[in-house]
Amino acid sequence: MKRLRGIMLSHRKNTENSATVDLPLPGRVRIPMAMTMGVACEPLVKAGDYVKVGQKIGDTDEAFAAPVHSGVSGTVAAVTEFRTVPGKICKMLEIDTDGLQTVSEEVKPPVITDRESFIKAVRESGACGLGGAGFPTHLKLSPKEKIDTLIINGAECEPYITADYREMIECPDDVIGGIRLLKDMLDIDRAILAIEANKPAAIKNFTEMADGDDSIDILTLPSIYPQGAEKVIIYNATGRIVREGEMPSQQGVIVINVSTAAFIYRYTRTGMPLVERRITVDGNAVGEPKNVRAVIGTPLREILEFCDTDIEHLRKLIAGGPMMGMSIPDIDLPVLKTSNALLALDHFDERETSACIRCGRCVRVCPLGLMPCDIDRAYKIRDIEELKRLKVRLCMNCGSCTFVCPANRKLAETNQLAKSLIPRDK
Amino acid sequence: MNKLVVSPSPHDENYTKTSDIMRDVLIALTPALIAATYIFGIRALLLTIVCILSCIAAEYICRRLMKRPNTIGDLSAAVTGMILAFNLPVTLPLPLAVLGSFIAIAVVKQLFGGLGQNFANPAITARIVLMVSFPAQMTRWALPFYYNEPSDVMTGPTPLVTHQAAYINLLLGKTTGCLGETCAIALILGGVYLIIRRVISPAAPLSFIGVLAALSAIAGEDPLYQILAGGVMLGAFFMATDYATTPVTTKGKLLFGAGCGLITFIIRNFGSYPEGVSFSILLMNILTPYIEQLTRAKVFGAKEAADE
Repeated sequence: MKRLRGIMLSHRKNTENSATVDLPLPGRVRIPMAMTMGVACEPLVKAGDYVKVGQKIGDTDEAFAAPVHSGVSGTVAAVTEFRTVPGKICKMLEIDTDGLQTVSEEVKPPVITDRESFIKAVRESGACGLGGAGFPTHLKLSPKEKIDTLIINGAECEPYITADYREMIECPDDVIGGIRLLKDMLDIDRAILAIEANKPAAIKNFTEMADGDDSIDILTLPSIYPQGAEKVIIYNATGRIVREGEMPSQQGVIVINVSTAAFIYRYTRTGMPLVERRITVDGNAVGEPKNVRAVIGTPLREILEFCDTDIEHLRKLIAGGPMMGMSIPDIDLPVLKTSNALLALDHFDERETSACIRCGRCVRVCPLGLMPCDIDRAYKIRDIEELKRLKVRLCMNCGSCTFVCPANRKLAETNQLAKSLIPRDK
Repeated sequence: MNKLVVSPSPHDENYTKTSDIMRDVLIALTPALIAATYIFGIRALLLTIVCILSCIAAEYICRRLMKRPNTIGDLSAAVTGMILAFNLPVTLPLPLAVLGSFIAIAVVKQLFGGLGQNFANPAITARIVLMVSFPAQMTRWALPFYYNEPSDVMTGPTPLVTHQAAYINLLLGKTTGCLGETCAIALILGGVYLIIRRVISPAAPLSFIGVLAALSAIAGEDPLYQILAGGVMLGAFFMATDYATTPVTTKGKLLFGAGCGLITFIIRNFGSYPEGVSFSILLMNILTPYIEQLTRAKVFGAKEAADE
């Protein structure tokens, strides 16, 4: 089997031994109506309404969406606006907390009898991919094709982030429970829990837990970034290649993030929807890097202050990892369902970009075998036919090409810009 | 509080810069320069310094005239100067070395857009221009250690003409030839350094040397002699691996090296020049865009044209 290429990164998992601590309840939370891929929800409450913990506060009839719940009890102060990552505006509920954390009567374990009721329950939980992509989970669970392998993604291949790792260490029973639940409800024969080699404690623990269960395999992935990318993990776990334009289900595979699987298991036991999550807080501006559990909607400022961050000298704030995370313009923006890490950096040296020397490093590291240096040239002259031939649309923006470029060319960014030149229809 | 910087991912980079790569090439060329200075005297060092300085000057002047950012800091002009000097006979008059440097940088490199844009190897093209324009000066091959000899005979034919040099002399560089090409051991040392540092891939040098040796053996010649004599080691490790003028993919590099080996063999055996390394690399430079088209990396999971 051909080994996919990638890059060696220093792991900087500084928080791997930091047990998750609960963030004190903020005075106000800001909960956007669009936190997953797909369509924004409409608010179900209005300013002045009283909401409780676990209460559904946003939903939509559109299929490509997941409902939104409140993680606090308190009064809706205002309905404002939020700009999502793709640049769309959605509504955002600002809720003043009352500190009582009264749990809503809506919160009760769902009644699950069959596949349909399970998928419906997953939708009602508000679940989405917690690894950062934020794809509504219930949509993954009802493919047309027969699925024979469930891959649980515990790669966590980006530097710094340990949120999934802490889930695996702190809640191993939920992880295994989630795997068995998904396997049983979706009638999948085999599950593979794939973990990158830099997490030996988790690998050892799960190998022991799954001992005697032939239907769950624990797979050690090499420490070559990006192991966690969907196509890469599917190939490394099963040898199957998800072809251009295909969904993983067309190869008989579903990939679910490890924290998502554990969350779904907990939801079926407690009925508490996705209202809080674990976030790794790290970066050189952070005085005390740690893993915190925060209510979704908590302003990032509260988290940064809790972790003794030098906000005065903050230069760059990243939601997610250093390779694929988004830089955040404002520290008062909220924690989202997809926020697996918050990196605060006190310096940012932008090196000047110089001419491509055609050293081929970008080609050498691309996991998909793309040629970023050629895409860069074709993009410059807007050669759309050439961009199609170079298959730029397959780029998953892992950032490896930019990372290794000695001329500091923003190749990954150029790939995304080049994608937008190609008409969608073909 | 500062204004936060917002930029696209990734937010991290490894810190190998273009100038680090070029510095590695300069380091890799140093053993051969030391050998050349020992074999051909202090003039070898002088000629190399003149070439490096005039290449840097040419780069600076060109960028200045074109009102473009100064790029001498990337050290690529210094590398060109050093490689050009290695391709010259130690007896070459200095003004010709300066002329060659300006041809390499101004004509071959900057007129085509500068670093990474030139299609032909600047040092090789400059060497060929000098060779065609000044054939007498470009073929006055000094004998090794001529500077110690009180004899009148200071020059002699190259090993590719005599076919009589001992292996040990070819390895150590105690032969006539361009100042940087004679000491095979020093060049191999530099090449191995670049391969270990992952600055160059071994693909092109190996296929170049391998194909030349194989064809020579088939033709009934001594393959070891053919690869040790002349400019093969210098060409294979330092010029057939030039980033801008050779293919990017491994398959392309193999093809490029093989083509160099074939053309060198043809010129040496059927051409009117005793040596063909320079021409072979230049000709393959011209073919590089086509090789690139033929050897594109296969994209993981891409639909082939037939599937669509």
